[in-house]
Amino acid sequence: MHRYANPGRVLRLSRTLVPWLGAATALLIAAGAYLALVASPADYQQGESVRIMYVHVPAAWMAMFCYAILAGASAVGLIWKHPVAELAAKATAPIGASFTFLALLTGSLWGKPMWGTWWVWDARLTSVLILFFLYLGYMALHSAFDDPARGAKAAAIMALVGFVNVPIIKFSVDWWYTLHQPASVFRIGGPTIDASMLLPLGVMAAGFTTYYFYVVLLRLRAEIVAGKIKALRLRQVYG
Amino acid sequence: MEAGALSAFLAMGGYAAYVWPAFAVTAVVLIGLLVASVRSVRCREADLARLRAELREKSEDPTGEA
Repeated sequence: MHRYANPGRVLRLSRTLVPWLGAATALLIAAGAYLALVASPADYQQGESVRIMYVHVPAAWMAMFCYAILAGASAVGLIWKHPVAELAAKATAPIGASFTFLALLTGSLWGKPMWGTWWVWDARLTSVLILFFLYLGYMALHSAFDDPARGAKAAAIMALVGFVNVPIIKFSVDWWYTLHQPASVFRIGGPTIDASMLLPLGVMAAGFTTYYFYVVLLRLRAEIVAGKIKALRLRQVYG
Repeated sequence: MEAGALSAFLAMGGYAAYVWPAFAVTAVVLIGLLVASVRSVRCREADLARLRAELREKSEDPTGEA
């Protein structure tokens, strides 16, 4: 773990991995889109509208995956003062916010034809909206202080407190009566959806995951370089 | 693809107004975030290179203030 405390090592790692992650992301998402829009069957109840699932569900998974990373990296940053972990948390937030926004928006576009409404204030939808606000709050708090270290600390604490929302989102469909359907992939007893739908879902989810690592390494690199610029400027003034 | 097949594909069984915007917004958001991230890396790496060159010049010039 401490090997990655060295920003120089992370920069080198980023330079090596980014091209491969970019290529993998392009291939997986292109294949996923083909499978989702062309090769997979329409649903016997939902017709062609079921194709929205192939972006909605992976986006919602990524929204929670990114928050778990945000909270985990924030904890490592707070406890061990690990500089790269702090920057990784900061780099993750906008990606997680984007996935959460997409989960909400594509869910709305799917809800209108299937439920007859764009939005309901039920447990699943409301807890995901709170997740979106947690991301926005994290980013706002991060930049709200003149001293960036204080902003990072305050935002990290907020990310940890907000983590309580993640299990609430996951189990909201079991704990409360909701319009949203229960889990059909990550459930005890295995997936209940057909393999012809599981494949495009899996390929798209894999593409979204490599997208996350691709973009987070780019953003992490930008943060590390920004830190170097700041250090050089200080040396220029005081040095 | 035949014209009929293409228009059937585009019609998405009557759900075109929901399916296509869902995929389009996903593409726009993911590509937008990627482009912004790549730009910020390039911009900052160029800044760092410029700053380093500046500092090197100053350290080579003994009459300079640095």
